[in-house]
Amino acid sequence: MTGFDPTLTAARLAMGLLGAGLLVCLIRLIKGPSLPDRVVALDLMAILMVGLMAVDALATGHMLPLRAAVVVALLAFLGTIAFARYLEKRVSR
Amino acid sequence: MKAWLVAGLLAFGALWMLIAALGVLRMPDLFTRMQASSKAGTLGIGTLMLAVGIHFGDLRAGAHALLIIAFFFLTAPVAAHMIARAAYLAGVPLWEGTERDELKVELGAGERERRLS
Repeated sequence: MTGFDPTLTAARLAMGLLGAGLLVCLIRLIKGPSLPDRVVALDLMAILMVGLMAVDALATGHMLPLRAAVVVALLAFLGTIAFARYLEKRVSR
Repeated sequence: MKAWLVAGLLAFGALWMLIAALGVLRMPDLFTRMQASSKAGTLGIGTLMLAVGIHFGDLRAGAHALLIIAFFFLTAPVAAHMIARAAYLAGVPLWEGTERDELKVELGAGERERRLS
């Protein structure tokens, strides 16, 4: 039975869009004139990774990537905060 | 019916994430870039997680999805605020078309330059 599955098709499309988003962010990560630009690009890349994990969980039907996504979301926030603190400290010296 | 709803939410969410990434690439300065990343990114991830929750349709997956949505809604503004403040004080240039600079009024004129020197 090989019927058309809208969910799976949309999951593949979403993966393609998120992958394109990652590449676009990578350009900004390489180009980014200042360090904060790169931090913003990295932050968005982490969010895109969380989205990819969620779509992967949906496409395969396993819950495990969803749990990993929670952890990645936490770590991305901590990393961004750490970079912001570092930037502020670096200036105030 | 549920499959079509999930498919629509997936496509919508992924499209918004791509728009966020394009905004980060194309916007003229750091602060407008951050605007794109935090707002469109949060909307995209929220929609994707909604799709996941509806697709699995059980309490465990729903709780995970809700956790991630709540987490991003709480942390995205905080992270954007901290980076923007740090970058502003670090002297990252504003776009030449910027009309309002409220932090400059808050700090007092010339304070940013004084901190940089």
